[in-house]
Amino acid sequence: MKYRVILERRYQVPLHLEFLCPVISIVLALAVSAVLLVSLDVSPVRAFLAMWNGAFGSWWGLSEVVVKTIPLAICGIAVAISFRMKIWNIGAEGQIYLGALATAAVVRYAYVDSFPVMFVLMLAAAAAAGGFWGGIAGYLKARWNVNEIITTLMLNYVAIHLTDYFVYGPWRDPASLGFPMTAPFPEAARLPVLADTRVHVGILIALVLVLLYRVVLRWTRWGFEIRAIGENPKAADYAGISFLKNAVLVMVVSGALAAIAGMGEIAGLQGRLQPGLSPGYGYTAIIVAWLARLNPWSIFAVSFFMGGLFVGGESLQVVMRLPLSSIQVIQGLILFFVLASEFFRVYRIHIINTEAG
Amino acid sequence: MEVIVTILSAAVRSGTPILYATLGEILTEKSGVMNLGLEGLMLIGALTGFWTALVTGNPALAIAAAFAVGVAVSTIHAFLCVSLGANQVVSGLALTMFGTGVSSLLGREMIGETIKGLRAVPVPFLSEIPVIGKVLFHHDVLVYASYFLVVFIAWFLYVTRAGLNLKAVGDDPHVVESVGLNPVRLRYVYTLIGGGLAAIGGAYLSVVYTKMWGDQMSAGRGWIAVALVIFAVWHPMRAVLGAYLFGGVGALQLRIQAAGTSIPAPLLLMLPYLFTIFVLLVISMRKKRGIVLGAPAALGVPYQREERT
Repeated sequence: MKYRVILERRYQVPLHLEFLCPVISIVLALAVSAVLLVSLDVSPVRAFLAMWNGAFGSWWGLSEVVVKTIPLAICGIAVAISFRMKIWNIGAEGQIYLGALATAAVVRYAYVDSFPVMFVLMLAAAAAAGGFWGGIAGYLKARWNVNEIITTLMLNYVAIHLTDYFVYGPWRDPASLGFPMTAPFPEAARLPVLADTRVHVGILIALVLVLLYRVVLRWTRWGFEIRAIGENPKAADYAGISFLKNAVLVMVVSGALAAIAGMGEIAGLQGRLQPGLSPGYGYTAIIVAWLARLNPWSIFAVSFFMGGLFVGGESLQVVMRLPLSSIQVIQGLILFFVLASEFFRVYRIHIINTEAG
Repeated sequence: MEVIVTILSAAVRSGTPILYATLGEILTEKSGVMNLGLEGLMLIGALTGFWTALVTGNPALAIAAAFAVGVAVSTIHAFLCVSLGANQVVSGLALTMFGTGVSSLLGREMIGETIKGLRAVPVPFLSEIPVIGKVLFHHDVLVYASYFLVVFIAWFLYVTRAGLNLKAVGDDPHVVESVGLNPVRLRYVYTLIGGGLAAIGGAYLSVVYTKMWGDQMSAGRGWIAVALVIFAVWHPMRAVLGAYLFGGVGALQLRIQAAGTSIPAPLLLMLPYLFTIFVLLVISMRKKRGIVLGAPAALGVPYQREERT
């Protein structure tokens, strides 16, 4: 008997697959991680329980998940805008650092003892710095077709070293006993937090951005231009939509948003500038945007899930003494399985018997 | 003079891990597959190599093991991108995350251990040539192997039939299929070999260069290799130039630091990355002016066989 596999492209993805694909992918990713943990003589049950309890076992844990959702959702939106135009901004991580750097600069050199003034100043400075950082890659891409994946990535390293330069050098707090960090920010430069948690107003910024993303892409001329270029750059070009202008603009906006996440991290959470202020939010945001299929509400939901993974990873570090980067294993595996499931979403698979008459 | 020779020699040494990864990626990309997972593969290779050397004490075995594991791990990328036609950028990023996580998870108990590793073996006669001998022939076996590899890949790509097939599958897989070759198989083969070479590059770091395992010790070299492929316009000979240039910048920066200048370390550490951007810019500007380059036409485009019933 001979069989043949025939692939047929689906006209429409059935609803149950839209739901099942990510769920099965996550389950499989956890299963493979469990096998890996067993091979390390670590009980996966205990590890996953530690993660679950750390993230969702208490109100505090849950609030911490929201704390991590903030930068992920903001950066998720940031990179999603550029992905819409098929421009790969891998540089959200560096843009976070630039935003934090600009925020710290404002606090250091332009401090005013009034929260509203400081808030506007910090927001503007962060957005300007991040916009500039993203804009470099955007301009190089638009003008000379320089590969933006590489430039944004290289700029990440530059931004991180630049931050190091300031916190190890001119901005180091003399009272920090030699630790590389700036002096703590004064009260007026701190974002207000919700009750007894560490959830800061960044969560509102994230929600506003989710809404704005929807509105801009769906109902504005600029949103239309972005989508047109993303769908078919040649046709967009014939229609007179400028690639140069839009590529620069989209990268400026993308960089500015990611930088705002950096502002939130230090003004809302850490209260000072220090090295390693982001545990890879900028990279995780790429997964977030992609898993969410660039859909704004899904970006928020996936950010929450990834935030849970981060908090779970932290308790894994404390309870099980595993490195924080272990959660990158789970993240990578989820991506692998979602990539594979994509195939089953797009194609219907027939197996036919070629010998049957 | 003495200083220049030392720096050049250091450039070769610290450029070698990048060179292996770049050569691997050239092969992979020539077949039409982009693998952004080099960073993860290098880390996995570094850990595998170090672990094997630690357990067996045999550096040759360590390198072989790194290659084998690199091949095995890049099977994931090949399966997703070649068989299932998945997004190559996302798959590569996933590979980097996976590699970073796995190596740090499995390597956590190896931090602080040291191995003997590979020793430098000066080549008889050649090493006595003034300047060139010191710079090129005072190294370990893996550096010499990389010289051969560069020449071999250049010969393979531009002289042999198999090399022609490789370039063809990167330019137009449909044509390759129409002459009776299997594009899927070809892309698999070169994605796996490329991954294996990247892993050897990683193993060079842990087994030869530092003789230690360090969490995330590749420190962005995988990404630099991805950029160098474009710098080299997919030509192995130019990859050598790029890799050593990078190694040189790194070595120079260490020298400047050691000399106790007032330039702070973080600013020097930025140099290789800024340099990459600058080089890419120059290359792209030239391309804009119509200078023909060796970019595979179907790079990043999944190959789907046409439906036949």
